[in-house]
Amino acid sequence: MDVLNGLVALANFVLVPAIAYGSQLALGALGVTLVYGILRFSNFAHGDSMAFGTLVVVLFTALFQSMGISLGPLPTALLAIPFGIAGAALLILGTDRLVYRFYRAQRVKPVILVIVSIGVMFVYEGLIRFIIGTGEQRFADGERFIISAREFKQMTGLREGLALKTTQGLTVVTAVIVVALLFWFLNRTRTGKSMRAFSDNEDLALLSGINPERVVMVTWLIVAALATVAGVLYGLDKSFKPFVYFQLLLPIFASAIVGGLGNPLGAIAGGFVVAFSEVGITYAWKKVLVYLMPEPLEPSGLVQLLSTDYKFAVSFVILLIVLLFRPTGLFKGKAV
Amino acid sequence: MKKLLLASVASLAAGTAFAGGHAEEIKLGIILGFTGPIESLTPSMADGAELAMKEVTDSGLLLGGAKVVPVRGDSTCIDAAAATAVAERQITSDGVKGIVGADCSGVTGAILSNVAVPNGMVMISPSATSPALSSDADEGLFFRTAPSDARQGVVMAEVLLEQGISEVAVTYTNNDYGKGLADSFAAAYEAMGGTITINTAHEDGKADYSAEVGALASAGGDRLVVAGYVDQGGAGIIRAALDSGAFDTFHFPDGMIGQALQDNFGDEIEGSSGQHPGTDSDGAAIFVDMVAGAFDATSPFTPESYDAAALILLAMAAAGSSDPADYKSKIEMVANAPGEPILPGELAKALQILADGGDIDYIGATAVELVNGGESAGNYRQIEIKDGAISTVKYR
Repeated sequence: MDVLNGLVALANFVLVPAIAYGSQLALGALGVTLVYGILRFSNFAHGDSMAFGTLVVVLFTALFQSMGISLGPLPTALLAIPFGIAGAALLILGTDRLVYRFYRAQRVKPVILVIVSIGVMFVYEGLIRFIIGTGEQRFADGERFIISAREFKQMTGLREGLALKTTQGLTVVTAVIVVALLFWFLNRTRTGKSMRAFSDNEDLALLSGINPERVVMVTWLIVAALATVAGVLYGLDKSFKPFVYFQLLLPIFASAIVGGLGNPLGAIAGGFVVAFSEVGITYAWKKVLVYLMPEPLEPSGLVQLLSTDYKFAVSFVILLIVLLFRPTGLFKGKAV
Repeated sequence: MKKLLLASVASLAAGTAFAGGHAEEIKLGIILGFTGPIESLTPSMADGAELAMKEVTDSGLLLGGAKVVPVRGDSTCIDAAAATAVAERQITSDGVKGIVGADCSGVTGAILSNVAVPNGMVMISPSATSPALSSDADEGLFFRTAPSDARQGVVMAEVLLEQGISEVAVTYTNNDYGKGLADSFAAAYEAMGGTITINTAHEDGKADYSAEVGALASAGGDRLVVAGYVDQGGAGIIRAALDSGAFDTFHFPDGMIGQALQDNFGDEIEGSSGQHPGTDSDGAAIFVDMVAGAFDATSPFTPESYDAAALILLAMAAAGSSDPADYKSKIEMVANAPGEPILPGELAKALQILADGGDIDYIGATAVELVNGGESAGNYRQIEIKDGAISTVKYR
């Protein structure tokens, strides 16, 4: 019984939140890694692209709610995602047309593109705050829980409860679907293959007749879709606040780099590595250990490695360790 | 020509001397954060202070009919440099005779040590509650009509232990207010025999508090004490704790008690308890009637602001002088027993008693009682969440 209680507590406070958070990071990191692999620069505007896509979704959700359209137990925001993707795609393609294309034609060094993307980031930030302000927006509706802690306790008779929020379940399911679609697209379709070819060797790809502008456009479209989906899932699960999306940039880059920049599989693995370390290192393990350990070994302290204040430091440390010892990442991406 | 000039200078001098003798104009500074994190509270606070000044001016009984003129200044609540510059200007250039303010604990301490003490200026803060201000060297110049959080910590410990709760987890918002309150509570609670399983900070403005709640849940406890803000991280902590089933009942100090708490959580936090500065004395109700909707008289720290301005002016009357060096020692005298009790709206009566050489006990809108060298003893309203609404248990 104690063992079961311990496992439930572990699932409730570590496994479920970390898996949901990891899926959100993985989707974000996929976008960063695609830009790095194909356009060859680190896109610092990614966090704010996520925020912009989410912003459009928030606005459309409010519109649908006022029109009385809903998805029953599921959040209305799911209906608004296509509009969000379209909005983000318009913004990003517009930026590419106005800004990135100029620098691409000059064949500038990647580091200049990085600085350019920081400039773009500031412009996006201003734009987002101009439209929706700096405040917090909650746009989740429908059923809040698949199973709530209280129901779980009554059902099982255990002392510990396990809560599973609708948004957490939705996050994992959506992430799996999106990742499957992406890999199918990259590996099976003609456009996907031409993108990978372009990523592997730009000159050879050009020689074999691949249209670079088309590859760039498709990449940005996919990035816009990934950013919006990741942003909406994060916003549904937590809440939408422009500044928080900017802060997400760090764990997202950590995920992409840990997995290996430019490698989509690595981005997913990296997302989960970062999420589990953040949650695991800042969790106080006392409760779980008291259930699992024999009595004489039970800890009296909290068994917390780092205070939760240092959550972001964990991403930094992982980033440093990986860059020091394995600059190409776990899955052999490109060296940064 | 020379004679004419001299004559006109002499007559000018005579003119000002005459005016001074007839009715002095007393300027009082009001230094509050009109911009910044508490900008929504300060307008009615300043109105409250100015109401007391107007009442005294209209009575015509202060120092032979002196006119009291408010001088507003912006403390910004968080920028110590801006706040000290404002106080410096008010004292040296405007020539204020006393300061109502400042509001937030950090800027109040900065003005006190950098400007008020060097210039010998009396300050009465209506809202700075940090316990650290009690131990600042103030040379008898600093008073406050809001109770120190050291007092709230003790009250909070008593409330919890009376309910039979002897083990709690504590989380506080990571600033002077949260840390000061959590520390004073921890000291009082443990001294009274309670156990604190964990005492940890949370940052405001984050999207997700599940990690913080994970740590709190692991430490355990009968109740979770949330020393935060109701429209900030405090609400996030409660939401995450309820969602994960970590805690069902909470205890809330003043920063958490507001309409938003009831609206957001309602019966989900049934049985939770809390306390915030408040009084059942008649003064509060009289103050509300007196304001009659001209501004929000029940807004936090507004009655305290009225009392702060009233205390300065009554002390001037008691000392027979508007010089801070003369009247600073009279403030505790007019605020405390013995004497005729004075409620809001009775300032004219108080001035008359003082003019006749009598003694007064200023009660005011917040049942003022100054202890420990010039701090409000503090009255608290103990509340509980019953049927999804905040209801009063008792006053203490």
